[in-house]
Amino acid sequence: MAILIDENSKVVVQGITGREGQFHALRNRDYGTKIVAGTRPGKGGEQVESIPIFNTVQEAIDETGANVALTFVPPAFAKDAVLEAAYADCQLIVCITEGIPAKDEAEMYNLIKNNTKSKLLGPNCPGLISPGKSNVGIMPHEITLPGNVGVVSRSGTLTYQAVHELTQLNIGQSTCIGIGGDPVPGMSFIDILKEYQEDEETNAIVMIGEIGGTAEEEAAEYIKNNITKPVVSYIAGVTAPPGKKMGHAGAIVSGNKGTAKAKMEALEEAGVLVVSNPTKIGKAVKEVI
Amino acid sequence: MDLFEYQGKSLYANYDIAHPNSFLVNKIEDLEHGFNLNYPVVVKAQVQVGGRGKAGGIKLATNNDELITHTNEILGMDIKGHTVEKILIEEASDIKEEYYLSFTLDRSEKKYLMMLSAKGGMDIEAVAEENPDDLTMIHIDPSKELDEAVLIDAITNSKLNLDYESDLVEIITRLFKLFISGDCDLVEVNPLAITSSGVMALDSKVSLDMNAKYRHEDFDQIEKDIPIPPSEKSAKEKGLNFIKLDGSVGIIGNGAGLVMSTLDVVAEYGGSAANFLDIGGGAKAETVSAALEVLETDDSVSSVFINIFGGITRCDLVAQGIVEATKGKDLKWPIVIRLDGTNATEGLKILRDNPNEKIIITETMNEAAELSVKGNR
Repeated sequence: MAILIDENSKVVVQGITGREGQFHALRNRDYGTKIVAGTRPGKGGEQVESIPIFNTVQEAIDETGANVALTFVPPAFAKDAVLEAAYADCQLIVCITEGIPAKDEAEMYNLIKNNTKSKLLGPNCPGLISPGKSNVGIMPHEITLPGNVGVVSRSGTLTYQAVHELTQLNIGQSTCIGIGGDPVPGMSFIDILKEYQEDEETNAIVMIGEIGGTAEEEAAEYIKNNITKPVVSYIAGVTAPPGKKMGHAGAIVSGNKGTAKAKMEALEEAGVLVVSNPTKIGKAVKEVI
Repeated sequence: MDLFEYQGKSLYANYDIAHPNSFLVNKIEDLEHGFNLNYPVVVKAQVQVGGRGKAGGIKLATNNDELITHTNEILGMDIKGHTVEKILIEEASDIKEEYYLSFTLDRSEKKYLMMLSAKGGMDIEAVAEENPDDLTMIHIDPSKELDEAVLIDAITNSKLNLDYESDLVEIITRLFKLFISGDCDLVEVNPLAITSSGVMALDSKVSLDMNAKYRHEDFDQIEKDIPIPPSEKSAKEKGLNFIKLDGSVGIIGNGAGLVMSTLDVVAEYGGSAANFLDIGGGAKAETVSAALEVLETDDSVSSVFINIFGGITRCDLVAQGIVEATKGKDLKWPIVIRLDGTNATEGLKILRDNPNEKIIITETMNEAAELSVKGNR
């Protein structure tokens, strides 16, 4: 099973001729991901290492049956690229691009929600991987292991750290997902938690949050009422000084709202096992499964 | 990026948002040439901290002598750790009513949020807490236009003076335009006032979304006009995300989440971080050398912890950067390194092939944290 992507997902890479787009398209294909197409306006008909390039996502879908879009398009053009994929009915759009203006993110999120059935992951996220099946993003698949723990995180590199801790203890993952740390992410913790709850292959969930916003508090409320599977959590930024921006525009602590402490308490109250350090995640999962 | 009041007001001018006539002063000599303002004027310290009025940073001047006295007094004044380097002199307004207005993004709702209140000119957080009914909150769908009927409803519900309805609709619409077209994270006006010369925005709190810098020619100059500590400045020029902290363990990592958690783990081992330094995704060798150079300028650093988990970042390039920056150098402090993820094996090999007695390679994040805290004592 796994969630959102599996061995049957067919991926079209938007911006496949760019440095990152090409590198990760080929790397993911080597892993076994079905990379069936790429897009780059004006380069339709060409190829990247035998992957056909199309001018538009619609053409790519018509010709190859692609159902997932992986977006590496630069910030100034990312909104249009994501909307193009959504209006072409891509089931899932994974936007890796970092540095998209918040206004563009807010606009595209609401346009997709109001007018399409597409799911958007990101922007500014590492994507997702269902180990052994498909890698749609930039996560290093070497650190993953097929199994039954679902991982979801706001941070990229911290996701890798958590997955690494699990794999070191021989605990495999059903799917690992980074939702991104931008002000308006597409899929939220709650959207992903819901998918993991419904997935028969997932037995336990690891959720990694960070300071800023209230996404973790909302997730805690959701877990309390809807999630029956065990959840382990870590919140980054316990020692971050208040009021400082820590790289993600969202990570701004204001008052007690959004602090690591408030988030940890909310999660504990929802029955989540909260650990104080990312290296303790593996052991904690072992405890709950 | 948070702007000074005067910078926010210069954006008001671009969007035809009524605000008092003003004059910016950097040094007392600026007053010698005179200006086109009518007395009385308000002398306002430009600092990015609340409570400047109570601290003596806002004074009324009814003539030239008072103006010079107040300007002399406020220029260079320390307000809660912020030195006053600029003063805004504004024509005083004859205020009849004071309102509050702001536009921001509500991250939970993923919509824009307009907040409006007839209780302006005071601490709006207190109003929200004590009399939440006095604060009208309206969500605006970012995929749609702002509806004038919604605006009129909000003005009515907030019990603003309806004699000024059309003027209020006009200024609020323009402020919303600034929020959207100006790519602001926040536009806050407190007070939005009815004065004898009409409806005016008397104060400004504006924060810009720097991701939108590529489509705003003026963002670069605005950014240059905001003073930042020298170490943060040199980091910024090198494309690094650096924040100075109080401790002594220098931290370099990739990705904001991992760096934040590195700070947490160092604290667990009894140390404290001298900084937050994120080299970002896809860093090259030069980025890593530049990061080390930034830490060299900081005297409070006594050990360094480099924590890398490669994804889009390649560990071999990071290792190369470390070697380039340290080769043949007598390092001031020990560097503890932890590399994992993309090309970690290659990276570790590069480090082992270029040994330096001050460089310690570790297997885990915990071990690295422990050693960097110990190396510190």
